Amino acid sequence: MSLELRAITKRFGSVVANDTISLSVGSGEIHGLLGENGAGKSTLVKILSGFITRDQGEIELDGTKLHLLSPNEAVANGIGILHQEPLVFLPFSVVDNFLIGSPKEYGYAEAYEALSTISEQFGFDLNPDVSASNLSIGERQQLEIARLLWLGARVLILDEPTTAISSTQREKLFATIRDLADDGMSVIFVSHKLEEVQELCDRVTILREGKISASVDLPSPVEYLVSKMFGTGVLPKTRIARVNGSSLLELANASAFEQPGQIIDVNLSVSRGQIIGLAGLEGAGQRTLLRAMAGFVPFAEGSFRLQSAEISELDYLDRLGLGFYYLPADRQREGLVNGLSITEHVALSVTDQSKVINWNIARSEAAKRIEKFSIKGTVESTPESLSGGNQQRLLLALMPETPLLLLMEHPTRGLDIESAAWVWSYLLTLSESGTSIIFSSSDLEELTTYSDQIAVCFSGRIIDQFDASEATVEELGLLIGGVHQR
Amino acid sequence: MNSLQQTKYFAGAITISLVVSIFFLWLLEAPLVDTAKLLVEGAFGTNQRIGDTFMIWVPLLLASASLVVTFSAGLWNIGVEGQIVAGAVAASFVAREVQGSTTVILTLMVIGGFVGGALWGLLVGVLRVRGGVNEIFGGIGLNFVATGLIVYLVIGPWSRDGVASTGGTEPFGPQAWFPTIDGLRVSPLALIIAFVSLASVMFLLSKTHFGLRLRATGKNPLAANRFGIATSRYLLMAFIIGGGVAGLAGVTQAGAVYHRLVPSISGGYGFLAILIVLLARFRGLWVIPIALFFATIAMASFQWQLRLGLHSALGGVIQGVLVLSVVLVMGYQEVRQQREQSNSRDDAAL
Amino acid sequence: MNAATFAIIVASATPLIFAAIGETITEKAGVVNLSLDGSMLLSAMTGFAIAYTTGSVELGLLAGMATSGFVAFVVAFGGIRLRVNQIAVGLILTYFATKLSALLGGEFVRKPGPSVQKMSLPVLEDIPFFGEILFQQNPLVYFSFLLVIASFWWIFHTRRGLDLQAIGERPEAAFARGIPVNTLRYFYTVLGGAFVGLGGAAFSLDAKMGWSEGHIANYGWIALAIVIFGGWHPLRVAFGCYLFGAIQIVALKMQPTLPDLAQVLPIAPFPLMILTLVFLNMRVVQSFTMRFKGIGRLIRGTAPSALGESFWPD
Repeated sequence: MSLELRAITKRFGSVVANDTISLSVGSGEIHGLLGENGAGKSTLVKILSGFITRDQGEIELDGTKLHLLSPNEAVANGIGILHQEPLVFLPFSVVDNFLIGSPKEYGYAEAYEALSTISEQFGFDLNPDVSASNLSIGERQQLEIARLLWLGARVLILDEPTTAISSTQREKLFATIRDLADDGMSVIFVSHKLEEVQELCDRVTILREGKISASVDLPSPVEYLVSKMFGTGVLPKTRIARVNGSSLLELANASAFEQPGQIIDVNLSVSRGQIIGLAGLEGAGQRTLLRAMAGFVPFAEGSFRLQSAEISELDYLDRLGLGFYYLPADRQREGLVNGLSITEHVALSVTDQSKVINWNIARSEAAKRIEKFSIKGTVESTPESLSGGNQQRLLLALMPETPLLLLMEHPTRGLDIESAAWVWSYLLTLSESGTSIIFSSSDLEELTTYSDQIAVCFSGRIIDQFDASEATVEELGLLIGGVHQR
Repeated sequence: MNSLQQTKYFAGAITISLVVSIFFLWLLEAPLVDTAKLLVEGAFGTNQRIGDTFMIWVPLLLASASLVVTFSAGLWNIGVEGQIVAGAVAASFVAREVQGSTTVILTLMVIGGFVGGALWGLLVGVLRVRGGVNEIFGGIGLNFVATGLIVYLVIGPWSRDGVASTGGTEPFGPQAWFPTIDGLRVSPLALIIAFVSLASVMFLLSKTHFGLRLRATGKNPLAANRFGIATSRYLLMAFIIGGGVAGLAGVTQAGAVYHRLVPSISGGYGFLAILIVLLARFRGLWVIPIALFFATIAMASFQWQLRLGLHSALGGVIQGVLVLSVVLVMGYQEVRQQREQSNSRDDAAL
Repeated sequence: MNAATFAIIVASATPLIFAAIGETITEKAGVVNLSLDGSMLLSAMTGFAIAYTTGSVELGLLAGMATSGFVAFVVAFGGIRLRVNQIAVGLILTYFATKLSALLGGEFVRKPGPSVQKMSLPVLEDIPFFGEILFQQNPLVYFSFLLVIASFWWIFHTRRGLDLQAIGERPEAAFARGIPVNTLRYFYTVLGGAFVGLGGAAFSLDAKMGWSEGHIANYGWIALAIVIFGGWHPLRVAFGCYLFGAIQIVALKMQPTLPDLAQVLPIAPFPLMILTLVFLNMRVVQSFTMRFKGIGRLIRGTAPSALGESFWPD
């Protein structure tokens, strides 16, 4: 099957998530869709899977125009999506998962048979009667792929599939994809991992800020691809030479597990006022590391010392008391309370515990912070009405004046240039007054510009740690992809 | 802009319920004008009636206040009926056992009733927080247990001498009666308790840190946690306060209305309060007139039955139609509003 | 306790079976219909009214089914289309339907009406002991047996039953697979509601004949509780209904000798159910049951993950 997209455009309010995207995938072709987070890849995938409808543009499958108004239509036309987090029903068995949503003519007999045939063909190891909650993410992917094949998918779109799987599973996945392409499947491989796209795909389309930045055959020089992915600097390139204070925190041989994500045998030292950037692919462990240090995830092993005191047993509330502060990436779900105004958020973050709230004082405090952090909103605004950038400013505004340790996930994700620059100037002032900052980011420029130290996470471990001045963006990109160079 | 639209839809809902109510009246062949007249007369026609209306207003206010607290923590406290009963039982215990002056006894009754209701509410809370039992299920279950308890007491240990009937216990001694205004059945003390409780609840929720944290817990427990709020503890506190306030309704029912313990002491007011609170969109200020209106309808029901031969459930039907219309219509209005808002929002779904 | 007593227990529990199984189906699809107590009363009233005026028991039963089916539709509509909290709509409807049943049922109070006739099954009724209990009943009872078995088989052993479970577990995933989540939710909610109505009508036309105000008060709440206690599993729910029926009958028998206890005993199921749930919720028990498929599912009884949350594709 050949899939052709022409001038696909999608807007959300005033933001253009997809701007006149055109690409075509032929039968048997493995086409990469490359770009950083926020480049517009997931919007395009949602359009192709029928979850959202495009504003403009055409989609043609083997010459037939598709409307794609619902997932139903996508499924019926043979477009199969493998989501980043496989949409699997955890309480049910593998074979049940196989069957849910498939045409009614199929029963258990057909399912068992198909499952074993496909598993054998591609070397999957799926036990049909096991509960899906016992499968690893890689195995759940296999389940989904098998299912999509069974239902006759002729176009397979894989959305960041290698995020949370082991390298062995990745090998297997790639082999499967190659086999499928040989059989005539059209494949779109969506990723931000340059190395993998280079390894697997025939052609690649690179997205940046919603537009197509390049569309070339592979292999292609890495420097060229990187330049098309990251473009010229958005943030100031000059690094300020900084001196760090005394040693503050020691993380030694730390391991922690949460679903999904893990860290294994991690060592990290943090000095006063130091800024450490955690680099790595999604799911490589940065989030778990930050959350474990915050106290949301318990340490299975290792020690966490604040100066000389062991604090690994303390929970989040206790660590808050010590001066730790955690800023999540999912601002609306984890960080802010929809329905409460900025004033109320400010009142919540205040720790002087008089029983009664003086709303006048709270309001003026809120106004002060709105002013100081340039939040586009009023004291009565609720988080839902704020843009991402302003939500981030609000989160920062709610912090205590000078926390001891700031743990931030993706500080400038989804932010416009101006907000991003502002956030960093504020964070730098904080670090100058002694706040240590550990942040995760997928913006390589951000990492190299603002970190003192960069730690590269890969599959739950820190595979490299170095002074930020020692690495270039390109080298960092390769390290993240698992290509050891230093 | 939104408020105008909201008012229009609200008015529309009221109109719908009016039309439907008139339809029912027509079905029952009820004289429209007389029915309307009796609505006001039945509740406010004589001083006695005004007093009685107020005495229905009181438990409705208290039960509503209880629900406002628990709902702000994101809980459906269906167990409010049982908490009223628990409060009544506790107050009755004090009334029967304690000797002393009226002031002493009444004070202890109020405290005891609050504690009784609070404990009953806490039970639901613990079942939810520690036992993983949904609070609706736990609340209903404990409602039944409370009913069983009160029936047991009334026909068993606290029964009237020689008469083990469900008619009620022996009336309380005169020191345990809430003082009433001459000749009327209204107790100013009960009214004061009701209003003070409602005002306290509103103050707690809108003007204290505790109330703010409670509301944050109700809206987003995950984020509340990040702000340093021990959400489990706050949930339990919500049940304690809500249960206690509901218990006060039991106190006034036992001490100011029935002056003894009867199995039907809660009078279904707990459940009716759920409707009141839904109609009032959980705003304390709106609870006051709406509760009064519901009390008015309840009183009018008697007159409608007495004077016009209409079924006593007519009032309930009208109350139900009103709340249903408003809730459904306002739901629709919100859907439309959301749709307009999301079309103009300045952000990308990343 | 002889066979006759057991037979009475089975007969008296039948309306509850209809209501509880009906609600189980609805909740498995992810919708919580809290209007049961009111809609059962309303169905009991309309069922009796229609049967009384037409002289036909069958029409009465159908009327009951239609009544609660409609109430259930309002719950689904309010939740899905109007985005009002399902619990709120259900509670309001409980009150409204209760009052409505009293208002409209006035003229039928304590009138004698038709009832379901007993119909013993040939051959089966001669089985010693069980024959008397199970097969010398009326058609409604037999239908209740069928319903329990059919719903169990449907939910856990058919393709469409799998889809039903899917929409209650993870509607987004089901939607992504092309399953019409909301259409199915409307369907199963109304279907479940119809069975609830059958239960209501079964009361006034069989178990507790005739109509009077508050005729079957609280049975709706009991049905709701049994659904939870029954872990959303038809077999366990049926067990809960029979257990409840047994306790009621025992209480009745105790009345002459232990009147105090007899008054209180009907309440006993609730603390029992609560304690059972607390026990079953304990992590130790939960992880133990993960090892056995069928029995484990029977014991685990976890709520459908998306219960009470309406789903909107956008």
